[in-house]
Amino acid sequence: MAPLSGAGSLYEVSEIQNETVPEFSTGSTKRRRHFRWWRLVVLALAGAYFLIPLYAGIKFSLQNAEGHFSFQAYDKLPGAPGFSAALTLSLKLAVATMVVSTLLMVPTAIYVHVRLPQLRRVLDVVTVLPIVIPPIVLIIGVLGAYPLWAKASPYLLSFMYVILAMPFVYRSLDAGLGAIDLKTLTEASRSLGGNWLKTMWRVILPNIRPALLSATVLTLALVFGEYTMASLDLWQTIPVWIVQFSISSDGNIQVAASMMLLVGTWVLLVAVVSLDRSGSRRTRRRMGE
Amino acid sequence: MSKSEVAASDPGTSVPGSDATTGHPSSLLRRVLRKSEPAIAIAPFLIYTFLGLGVPSLAVIYYAFHGNKGGWTWHNIHLVTHGIFLIGFENSFKLGLISAIVPGILGVFLAYAIQTSNSNVLRRLTSTGAGVLANFGGINLTFMFLATLGSTGILTYWLRDVGINLANFGFTITTFSGVLFVYMYFQLPLMVLVITPALGGLRPSWREAAENMGASSWRYWRHVGIPVLMPSILGGMLLLFGSAFAAYATAASLTLGIIALSPIQIGNFLNGNVIAGQTHVGYAIALGMLVILSITMIFYSLVRKRASKWLR
Repeated sequence: MAPLSGAGSLYEVSEIQNETVPEFSTGSTKRRRHFRWWRLVVLALAGAYFLIPLYAGIKFSLQNAEGHFSFQAYDKLPGAPGFSAALTLSLKLAVATMVVSTLLMVPTAIYVHVRLPQLRRVLDVVTVLPIVIPPIVLIIGVLGAYPLWAKASPYLLSFMYVILAMPFVYRSLDAGLGAIDLKTLTEASRSLGGNWLKTMWRVILPNIRPALLSATVLTLALVFGEYTMASLDLWQTIPVWIVQFSISSDGNIQVAASMMLLVGTWVLLVAVVSLDRSGSRRTRRRMGE
Repeated sequence: MSKSEVAASDPGTSVPGSDATTGHPSSLLRRVLRKSEPAIAIAPFLIYTFLGLGVPSLAVIYYAFHGNKGGWTWHNIHLVTHGIFLIGFENSFKLGLISAIVPGILGVFLAYAIQTSNSNVLRRLTSTGAGVLANFGGINLTFMFLATLGSTGILTYWLRDVGINLANFGFTITTFSGVLFVYMYFQLPLMVLVITPALGGLRPSWREAAENMGASSWRYWRHVGIPVLMPSILGGMLLLFGSAFAAYATAASLTLGIIALSPIQIGNFLNGNVIAGQTHVGYAIALGMLVILSITMIFYSLVRKRASKWLR
């Protein structure tokens, strides 16, 4: 599956934080030493596996043709043929996806939480479907079923990215809405004379701002990393450009572009995960735990 | 009690006078609106998901059973269950299976090593790192691993310096073995994410109880640890299977589309590399993938129910 396909992994991340570590109080010193040695090997191997390719990629992008250190590739990147067009397209798609996704998912999630809690299970199942049906199957169906005028527009991709982002966006909003006392807030707002729209805009939205932010950032990371649909729908977004450019040229530019994409995505996702954690910590503190 | 319920459910008729405008057309309209409010509020979401998920899936099923001149046919299904397309399914299945079992087992060890390390920094680092890496498929992996294990890659040079030539072992990064190796980069973190909560569910008291009764470490794991963890491990492996079976971007960019895997074959079909008379075969491959993934997810939900028993 494409990036961000980790089956709602964000929530499992926060679960890890809440778990207590088992302490084996009766372990003898002998076994402890044995364990430590075993653990060291596992951690060293894992560390090597995850860090060496990263190091290799970064080193490769910081080389010139003779193999000496240089920023040449990063200097040339903005002027490379097709790069700025691809970047513009990716940005446009990202903005459209984020707007549509927010307008669609936020009111739905809030409404279901406040008025139709019995529908939450249905929504849970529906929003997980994009993980079960992979992008490659979705895109062949879309290209087979949709009329030419729809396929002629790049925004068909945005339309589908909203679907791909749904598991992450809904889970994020669901957790955000579950963490606040929605019933009290809504009732208070309604009894003070606020109508539905006002309640949503002035009361609920400010309270789920962290969830909204993490949903948006995840969508952004998804759009900038998605290759399957974009390449098969024949639109040159940034990832598609990187792959096609690497076939037509022999420089290190596409490695540099890929590394920048990687670092950018990395920073965004780390920001989301730590935001998530500080959010859940704040809730826990508020609940007096 | 029953009276108030009736009143709440139908204020217009059973409590006359409570609504001063009863009977006026505007109130009728309002009542209809209020009755259908849930439907109106939920409609955009349902329509959107139908257009984005339902229509493509139905199209895949429809075209899989239709020839290029129209008309109902088993021809496409026959094609994909024989020859090169069957090999594609077999390879994809094998890829999914191996990259579920190997990272699945390694992931348990890794998660256990991290959990028992008593290092808060390490645990925090992994929980963030795993969350990022598990979401990390796509083309970046291709470039990272080409720079590592490609013909001019760093690790290739290092290994050559100590006299190891990986090609002699049948390993090249742009073939099946390479794809398998690269997939571990997101499979392993995914397994760590899935299994860590389950490891947290192993109570220290269980181990103490086992030791009090004279059980060795091996017997503890054999009779307590592994049976408790098994549903979670299996669930994790099913997730890994689905994720490797369906992945397209990394394999396509790494092998330039020449490897016989089902997703790649669909991609080639969409790129126009089709033999005459097989114009709808891509849909049949997609249908096959849908069926296999649905079965995987059914198993996953069954196993998960079982796993949650110990996770409280």
